[in-house]
Amino acid sequence: MTAEQIIQQILFFISAALTLGSAVMVVATRKLIQAALWLIVSLFGVAVLYALLDASFLVVVQVVVYIGAIAILFIFAVMLTQRDQRDKGPQLNKSWVLAALVGLATFGGLTFLVSSWTGFGAAAAPIPAGTVDMVADLGTALVSVDQYVLPFEVASVLLLAALIGAIYVAYNRK
Amino acid sequence: MNFWNDPVAFIADWLSGIFAGWGMPEFWSNLLVFAIGIFVLIAAIMVVDIFLVWIERKVVARFQDRLGPNRLGPYGLIQPFADIIKLLIKEDITPRTADKVVYNLAPILSMSSVLILWAIIPLAPLAWGVDLNVGVLYLVAAGAIGALSIIMAGWASDNKYALLGAFRQVATMISYEIPMVAALLIPVMLAGTMSMQGIVEAQTFGEPGVWFILVAPLAALIFAISSIAELGRSPFDLNEAESELVSGYHIEYSGMKFGMFYAGELLHAFTFGGFWGILFFGGYSVFGLETLPGLQWLSSPFIAVFMILVKALVGYWIIMWVKYTVPRIRIDHMLAFNWKILVPLSFTLIMLVAVLNKLLLGYGTLVYVAGMFLANVLLAIVTIMILGAYARRQRLAEEAALQIPARAAGD
Amino acid sequence: MPNPWVFIGLFIIIAAIIPIGAIVVALILGPKKPNPIKQSTYECGLETVGDSLVQFKAQYYVFALAFLIFDVEAVFLFPWAIAMNKMPLYVALEGVIFIVILVAGLVYTWRKGALEWV
Repeated sequence: MTAEQIIQQILFFISAALTLGSAVMVVATRKLIQAALWLIVSLFGVAVLYALLDASFLVVVQVVVYIGAIAILFIFAVMLTQRDQRDKGPQLNKSWVLAALVGLATFGGLTFLVSSWTGFGAAAAPIPAGTVDMVADLGTALVSVDQYVLPFEVASVLLLAALIGAIYVAYNRK
Repeated sequence: MNFWNDPVAFIADWLSGIFAGWGMPEFWSNLLVFAIGIFVLIAAIMVVDIFLVWIERKVVARFQDRLGPNRLGPYGLIQPFADIIKLLIKEDITPRTADKVVYNLAPILSMSSVLILWAIIPLAPLAWGVDLNVGVLYLVAAGAIGALSIIMAGWASDNKYALLGAFRQVATMISYEIPMVAALLIPVMLAGTMSMQGIVEAQTFGEPGVWFILVAPLAALIFAISSIAELGRSPFDLNEAESELVSGYHIEYSGMKFGMFYAGELLHAFTFGGFWGILFFGGYSVFGLETLPGLQWLSSPFIAVFMILVKALVGYWIIMWVKYTVPRIRIDHMLAFNWKILVPLSFTLIMLVAVLNKLLLGYGTLVYVAGMFLANVLLAIVTIMILGAYARRQRLAEEAALQIPARAAGD
Repeated sequence: MPNPWVFIGLFIIIAAIIPIGAIVVALILGPKKPNPIKQSTYECGLETVGDSLVQFKAQYYVFALAFLIFDVEAVFLFPWAIAMNKMPLYVALEGVIFIVILVAGLVYTWRKGALEWV
């Protein structure tokens, strides 16, 4: 392995640990806003993973949509709740052993599936530099009649449904 | 390689040569050269930022018929350094109930969210910085981090005013982000790329090869308005409405931490002036003169950097002009202006530009530019007429409501 | 270096180190004389009453919701805007349909009165 690949591996492990560790903190912390801030750290870790894969569009979309919009929405939602935001109850209920077992079983099963995949140890093929603009390709694919134009328009309808539904639920003018 | 044609590549090669002489592998020496380059760039930006304080104080003084700083050095030029020394030796006060980690992180994040914008600013025709193929969205993403830092500052201070200011500011920022993104779509559409370098080149060497201000003046206006709101500057400075909120989200900050918010705000305004120049005024190009025969020397990187700084300063001056002329507006008016005027207008503009751009491109540069310009102006006039009619109707309704009881009392 | 995010990653790290440096220098140079009055919450000379985490009005949440939907819309529109240059006219019309569908959502929100601040 070259120095570049080793560094990429190290960065991958750091950002994966950051993502998972802050995800644990989201459920472990007792202040709601702190949980939201840990969630942001976790989402940022995912953005770093995308950056390591050179997926520029996904990096910026991750930051713009998840950190810039969804996390802010969470924080606004938290500020709508009761004044005392500190959760004082126990953080685990009686069936935590069962939940842990199911979680471990799922993890084990997934690890088994992934390890039996042959492409696991192979290095990814490098992206030819400067020859393709992946965002332009994505755009062309989204609007070509023989490709994804229908999903593109349906996405708009889906967003419309989400907006109307959310406003209907959240906003009841008396 | 000639120093005068590409000074950065020249120095980078020279440095890599030195590091290679020390027996450093190529990968590490490349990384080190990058790091040195970035450090020099950010240090230079910070120096510019120091002088922005002086410019801001001098300009506001002139707008208010005062002299501004004029005691320290010629024209008060040493004043910002005195300010910095003062900030450095101030006591740093942290409220007892504050969330220490988040409280300290917020000013750093606020400053960095502005500094990282300079990674994608094309300072010269040769790709200095990085030519990111999603540059426009990177600009929006950095704005999201800025909004986050404000929420963090407001919440961690554990102060009602700070929290209220932060939430007002973020509500404004996210609302005005919609017309800003819509206005950003238009240069992307015209240039066919999201890279800043590509947008600048399209305005000089592209198909019509004109500045986008001529093709989409309304988009430039919407971008200017929404970026002023994004900056939280007057008339959209509700976050720090002194009479109600004392100073908004940074009320509990003192010393250098406050300085970070302050310097970050000034630099943010300057940077947005720069982006305005890049997206709509040809970036580093010298009015397109460098495409003419005999004037090729104008595309020298030194002139390019000078041009982009001049354009950024002009943009910054316009932002200051608005700030010190227009009074603050009410929050309900501000949000209504965004959601009921700017958002529908910007979406209409996208549709108009998308269709016209396709229809007119085959008819030569003059028809194309004139058609696009007139379509923009027409849309603006129609909007103003609709608004005028609506305002008149409302005024008449209120007058009628007031007059009937008044007359009844008089009789 | 092929991956531009190497450069941006370095840029982000250095852009964080410089403000941290300035704040640390100020911490070293500045005086440190804390006392309970100085460190109390600032509130126009009055004692602070109650928790600072006041409950906010639902309107903030509604605006954030609308923002989220239109933000996602804009993200979809960027690839469309890039592709449009190379594609025929009907591609522009596809985007127009996309926007018109979402403007219907804006009209609904408006008519419902959810865009009013009070």
